[in-house]
Amino acid sequence: MSRNWEAHLPAALLAFAASAVLYGLIPAPNTVVAATSRTGEHLQYASPIELAFSHNGRLLYVLCQGTDELRVLDGITHTQLKKIAVGHLPRGFAFSPDGSRIFVANSWDDTISVIDTKTQSVDATWSVGAEPSSVAEDPSGHFLFVADRISNDVAVLDAKTGAEQKRLAAGRGASYMTLSPDGSRLYVSHVYHNTDKPRTAPHSEITVIDTNRGIVDTRISLPYIAHGFHVAFSTDGRVGALAEMHPKNLVPLAHLEHGGAFADTLTLFGADVGPKPVEVPLDNLEQYAARPFGVAITPDKSKLFVTCGGSEAVLAIDLERLLAYIHMHKQPFTEDLSASGNYVVARITVGHDPRGVTLTPDGKQLLVANRLEDTISVIDTHSNRLVQTISLEGPKRLSVLRHGEQTFYSAKFSFQGQIGCANCHIDSTFDGLQWDLEPDGFGRDIVDNRPIEDLKGTEPYKWNGTNPNLPTECGPRTEKYFWRSETFDDLTLTDLVTYIRSIPARPNRWRLPNGEFTPAQERGKEIFERSVDRFGKPIAETDRCNYCHSGPKGTDQKRFNVGTKKPTDDTGLFDTPQLTNIALSAPYLHDGSATTLEEIWTIYNPHDKHGRTNDLTKDELNDLIEYLRTR
Amino acid sequence: MKNGWSEFAMILVLGALAAPAHAAESAHTLPHVKVHAATATIPQMPHFRFVNYTTANGLPDDHVYSVLVDGDRIWAGTDNGLAEFEDGKWKTYTTRDGLAQQAVLSLALDKQTGDVWAGTMGGLSRISGGRIDTFTQLNSGLSNDVVYGVSVEGENVWVATAAGACRLNLRTHDWSLYNERNTPMVEIWVYAVNATPSKVYYAVWGSGILEYNQKTKAWDKYEDPDGENEIVLFKDQGLIHEITTSVSFVDNVLWAATYFGDSRYDGRYWHNFLTKDSGLPSNFTNFVKGVDANHAWFGTDKGLAYYDGTNWAVYRPSLTTGKPEMTVRNAAGKVTEIPVTTAPAHNYVLGIDFQGKDIWVATAKGLSHGIYQK
Repeated sequence: MSRNWEAHLPAALLAFAASAVLYGLIPAPNTVVAATSRTGEHLQYASPIELAFSHNGRLLYVLCQGTDELRVLDGITHTQLKKIAVGHLPRGFAFSPDGSRIFVANSWDDTISVIDTKTQSVDATWSVGAEPSSVAEDPSGHFLFVADRISNDVAVLDAKTGAEQKRLAAGRGASYMTLSPDGSRLYVSHVYHNTDKPRTAPHSEITVIDTNRGIVDTRISLPYIAHGFHVAFSTDGRVGALAEMHPKNLVPLAHLEHGGAFADTLTLFGADVGPKPVEVPLDNLEQYAARPFGVAITPDKSKLFVTCGGSEAVLAIDLERLLAYIHMHKQPFTEDLSASGNYVVARITVGHDPRGVTLTPDGKQLLVANRLEDTISVIDTHSNRLVQTISLEGPKRLSVLRHGEQTFYSAKFSFQGQIGCANCHIDSTFDGLQWDLEPDGFGRDIVDNRPIEDLKGTEPYKWNGTNPNLPTECGPRTEKYFWRSETFDDLTLTDLVTYIRSIPARPNRWRLPNGEFTPAQERGKEIFERSVDRFGKPIAETDRCNYCHSGPKGTDQKRFNVGTKKPTDDTGLFDTPQLTNIALSAPYLHDGSATTLEEIWTIYNPHDKHGRTNDLTKDELNDLIEYLRTR
Repeated sequence: MKNGWSEFAMILVLGALAAPAHAAESAHTLPHVKVHAATATIPQMPHFRFVNYTTANGLPDDHVYSVLVDGDRIWAGTDNGLAEFEDGKWKTYTTRDGLAQQAVLSLALDKQTGDVWAGTMGGLSRISGGRIDTFTQLNSGLSNDVVYGVSVEGENVWVATAAGACRLNLRTHDWSLYNERNTPMVEIWVYAVNATPSKVYYAVWGSGILEYNQKTKAWDKYEDPDGENEIVLFKDQGLIHEITTSVSFVDNVLWAATYFGDSRYDGRYWHNFLTKDSGLPSNFTNFVKGVDANHAWFGTDKGLAYYDGTNWAVYRPSLTTGKPEMTVRNAAGKVTEIPVTTAPAHNYVLGIDFQGKDIWVATAKGLSHGIYQK
């Protein structure tokens, strides 16, 4: 079957599509956004991220991250019936087994909103772990599981009271959970890779939880996978699929034209797949499937759909062909750009940053939440065609921030639409990976990816501090060394930079609510600010923590040699990194060689060049780290 | 302070007579099943058929430091990796799998999550769903890489190391270090830990027993009233010796092992056990595990010993012939040899755990499974 989807569109649909583009409903694929009118207003967009039908299919629930709401729509007409206010930045929701309650994971205020589906109102709000991102109740209604992205665990709550019973060790960045069709197992995926030794291939996992016992049953290892998103199962439970990203960060990032940055893939597992999981590529030579996120398998097991946030598209996959292909071909074939042509049967353009998906109860339609467009795309699962776009009645005007965010999450600006900013800055954060960028020479100047929260006042950028401002960082440098194309017009670059500068810091979970410090944090603060070592000897000003890590962001915005230069580094002078939410962004140092905060000083500071620390006892070093976590 | 062996023995006898139902209940689930009649000449003590595991039948190393029962699964900490025994097969985890170090000194089960914690000569490892995470003094807040003891209670992992004690909170990921700066600890060579909901006990080499009250968050300390004097001047008036090796707290009774005898403390009275006046086969005791307030198992350098509150049983290869041996000592001090055909793999016992009525024993020359015999 041809992959040229346009060739199969009837004229009427093409006309509809053209008018939709004209009216801004659907962006034109792989075209540079023209300088359209943008407003400087701060507009509140709905930003739908997940959606699901009620058990009887009569209602459609849409989780709107931008407005902190769960919206209730008529399941047939899609008329908006109610907006239920929930906590801040909700990221996931799930029904109780009997459908009487909905649990919403509010990622920035660390709560679960419990909604009574009869009254369509919040019944209770439960405090949970750090950055809850999804939630699931076991079939017996005994346990409520909550995936905590920051604390890398799954909290097990009493489903009746919300009382936390225990935490299960998950992988790093535990975020999305899917129950197996029989409800006996819960599959947890992770947006970050499990931290390992520096310059080793990333690997992640699917944590499999026994829902009856509330313990980790096993872990499906995902070699080379750094970022996992949604899992879906066939109704018979014999096929599971994870949408994921496979970075190629061990080789120089210089071969985008050869698909050298990321492979966008699925990992398939289950009885129909065989004893070992199989990673399958979604990319095609001219049509990449940037940032796979949401997955659904039709009830008849004929099709698998996957949203590709960066590509602003949904891929339709013939599941039977896909299974036949993996059984006929020797693995791995992840980087085979001709493989997906054997099973991807359609590429359906949808809105900006498509995320969560859900199927109508009869499986005839797939609904897609277009996060950065405030729309829901409706796709006919038989014809693989877009049949409707539902507006969530967001602001009609496009703000500078919104356009900047669309630019950030789109892959359309890079060569062949392969990657976008959000490939490495997962949900506008970081990726925990180290990259070998070209300008310094192959194999030289390996750099750790830094977070981009609350960047204002932390310039210059790059580890060597040579980019004085964000327009330089995000403009020519990005175009030349990442995108391999000249694509941003001036206004688009301005909007992108404005958006990046607007990204706030996540709430710090180590700070006490009253602003005070714990005794350990207080002791650590004294060490951070000390001018005399434990032997009473004055510490030179430049050897004090708060000399370089000064000011509100913890950076003096200057370069310093802290003795971490490697033989492959061109310089030992590195930009002083800000300390904003430093606890979250492991690994550390310019090349990510320190896997934990402790290693910065226990391994990589033998001569006190990174501050006077070798006089500290282990207790004191622990106290210093406790304080740093509050920054 | 009231004390003395005769009074203590009287309490035990009266207790046994007054609470037959309790004894019967304990006998149903624990490996001291048949409580003897106080007047019997040869007390009826538990019998076992020992099956021994060595490198010859799947163990990665004969030197077994620790053993942990996790339902039908057995974990053995050896000098050459962590061995898992399930469905009759051994599987070994090594540093290649992420284990902190090959010598696994201590083991603990998190009963809530099913995770197993392994203290090694090179750090602390968590085995969870087949994945191993390792915490060291370099990459975490762990006080020292030589982890002699580990115990899990609630959301905390309590750790005994060669340079102080520490605690990892599994919810906040915070480490708390305990040493001479913030506890009554004199030495910081911490050899064992037993954490319970009410109290946490540390056996500190040269510093007696440290007690942490979970409610008040206060520390207390139990020492040898004789100080560092090697002569027992004040028997049954405190801990038998400062050089403690193991501790077990059960039914509000503290059992403490040292290289110079053992002790039992019920919160008011101490009782000391020495080879010369008890059935303890050796004062050199590596391990103690209380079954309840009145029953305990001891791992010594001269065999495995069981104390039922009055009588003693010793299980070992004979010190002279090497042949399997079981001896029973009654309250009057009379020792009777019981004919047996099996014994633990070696006299040097380092660890003990229970599996229903069965017992698992870590020794210097193999792991032993004592299968309870009716």
